[in-house]
Amino acid sequence: MQSLLDMMTDPNSQWILLGCVLLGLCSGVIGCFAYLRKQSLMGDTLAHSALPGICIAFMLTGTKSILLFLIGAGISGLLATFGISWITRYSRIKSDAAMGIVLSSFFGLGIVLLTQIQHSDYGNQSGLDKFLFGQAASMIGSDVQTMLIVCAFIVIACTLLFKEFKLISFDPGFARGLGFPVGVLEQLLMFFIVVAVVVGIQAVGVVLVAALLITPAVSARYWTDRLGIMVVMSGLFGALAGVVGTWLSSTTASLPTGPISVLASTLLFIVSLLFGPRRGLLAKRIVRSRARQTLMEEQKSRMRDLVKEGSSL
Amino acid sequence: MSRQLQAAGVPLQINSLSVAYQKKPVLRNVSLEVTEGQLIGIIGPNGAGKSTLIKAALGLIPKLEGSVLVYGKPYNEQRKLIGYVPQRESVDWDFPTNALDVVMMGRYGRLGWFRRPGAKEKAIAMECLAKVGMAELADRQISQLSGGQQQRVFLARALAQDAKLYFMDEPFAGVDAATEKAIIMLLQELKGQGKTVIVVHHDLATVKEYFDSVMLLNIEVQAFGKTEDVFTRSNLQQTYGGRFAFLDRQEDEELTLLSGKGRG
Repeated sequence: MQSLLDMMTDPNSQWILLGCVLLGLCSGVIGCFAYLRKQSLMGDTLAHSALPGICIAFMLTGTKSILLFLIGAGISGLLATFGISWITRYSRIKSDAAMGIVLSSFFGLGIVLLTQIQHSDYGNQSGLDKFLFGQAASMIGSDVQTMLIVCAFIVIACTLLFKEFKLISFDPGFARGLGFPVGVLEQLLMFFIVVAVVVGIQAVGVVLVAALLITPAVSARYWTDRLGIMVVMSGLFGALAGVVGTWLSSTTASLPTGPISVLASTLLFIVSLLFGPRRGLLAKRIVRSRARQTLMEEQKSRMRDLVKEGSSL
Repeated sequence: MSRQLQAAGVPLQINSLSVAYQKKPVLRNVSLEVTEGQLIGIIGPNGAGKSTLIKAALGLIPKLEGSVLVYGKPYNEQRKLIGYVPQRESVDWDFPTNALDVVMMGRYGRLGWFRRPGAKEKAIAMECLAKVGMAELADRQISQLSGGQQQRVFLARALAQDAKLYFMDEPFAGVDAATEKAIIMLLQELKGQGKTVIVVHHDLATVKEYFDSVMLLNIEVQAFGKTEDVFTRSNLQQTYGGRFAFLDRQEDEELTLLSGKGRG
C-alpha cells in the first residue's frame, strides 16, 4: 500500500495513472456500443490499420505528437473502414473476412514503414517502435492533457447522444424510420472508436488496444440488464484496469503498464463470467440445481399422493 | 393544386416504384393508392418483394425510381404520421434493456435530439403496453420474453408512435393463436380510430377474415383491390405460379383455405 501512496505523490506517476484511467474509462464507454453493434473486431481492425497512418505522420513531420498521430491514424483508420465496406458491398466476401484482409494488409504496411523509420536517420526515431506494444511510462503531461480533452469529449458526447446511440445499436431500421440520420450516427460512433484506439495506442500498443474496448464492455454485460448501468460499469472497469496496470508496473521495474492493464481487465472478465448474477456460470448452475430440486420434490409428492390414493382404495 | 389537395387525404400513394438490389429488380413499377381507415394485406410468395415494398415506402432502402407520398407529401416530411413494426428477427433480443424501454423508443422521434424520455413518455409507453396486454411485464428483460410477447412489445412501440399510417412486416409470424387474436383485435381498433394499417402477411387462410383490401405482389403488382374482388383463385394462381399448384391438388383443402375457416 505504501507503494500506492508513493505513486500517488510522484508527479510523473500521477500523469501516467491519470492517462491510464482516462484511457480505460473512455474506451470502456465507447466499447459498449461497439460490442452491442457486433463490431467487436472493428476496434482491432482500426488499431492495426492506424499503424501506417502514425508512421506516415511521423515521416512527414519528424515529430512525435499525439495530435499529429491522431490525424494520421484517423485517416488510415477511415480508409480501412471504407475498404471494408467497399469489399463487402461489391463482392460476396463477408465482413469478417474483409476485416481480416484489410487488417493484415494495413498492419503489414505499417510494419514496413516502421522498419524504414528505424533504419533511417530520423532524429527522434526511438520510441516509435513502442507503438507496437505500447509504453505507458513514455506518456508526458501534454499527452495526458490531450487525452483528457479527448476523453471528456467522448464521454460527454455519449451522454448527450445516449438515446440515439442506444436506438441505432438496438434497431437501426426503426431509427431510420423515425427519421434519425443513422448513417451519420454510425460514422460518429466509428469516429469515436478511432479516437479511443489512437489515444490508447501509445499506452497499450496497436496489438492490445482492442482489448480495452471490448473486455470491459463484455464484463459489464454480466452484471446488469440495463444499458445505462452497463456503460457506466464498463467505463469504471476500464479505469480500474488502468489503475491496477499502472500500480503493478510502477512497483515492479520489469512489468509493462499497458499489457498489465489488459491482463487486469481480463481478470475482471473472468470474475464476471463466473460470478455475474443471472448470466454468470455459477448463478446459472445454482438456478439449474434449484430447478432440479423442485422438480424432484414435485415428483416425490405426486408419488406420495398416488400411494395415499392406493392405500385408501 | 386540386390534385395536391386530393392527395392530402390519401394515406399512402406510391407511383411506379422500382427497387433493385445489385442489378436484379426486386420491385418493378409498383403503383398503389390506399384508402384511409383500412386494413390492407400484402400477399405474395417468398422473394416477391413484400418487405422491400414496405422498406422502400419508409425510405429505409434506396429506390431506383418512382415516388412515395404520405398524405400528399414525401415521407421524410411526414415521419410523425408513420408507424413501423419491423420483423421480429431483425433485432438482437439479448440487448440490455427491458420491455418498457423498447416501447419508449416509439417516442424518440417526437422527443427529437438530446432530450431524454421522462415521466410523460413512460406513462404513454405503459399505456401502450397495457393495450397489448403486457403491462405486468414492463420491467422484464427483453430476452426473457417469449416470441409472441416480443412481437407485442414491437406492436406497443408502434402504438407509442401515435401514427396515422402503420406499416407492419409480418406481425403474425411465429406467434401463438392467442397473440394472433390479440394483434388482430388491436389492428381492428386502430382501424376503428380511422388509422390505416398495411400488413405483410403470409397465411392465406386468414386473408379474407382480416383484411379490407389486399395486394397480390410478385415483383410487380398482380392485383390490388377489395379483398372479395381480388382474392380469387385465378389471381392467386397468377401470383404464386407453380407454387400454388399443390393447393390445387386437393379441391377441398383449397376451399377451406380460401374461405378462411381453416388454418394453412
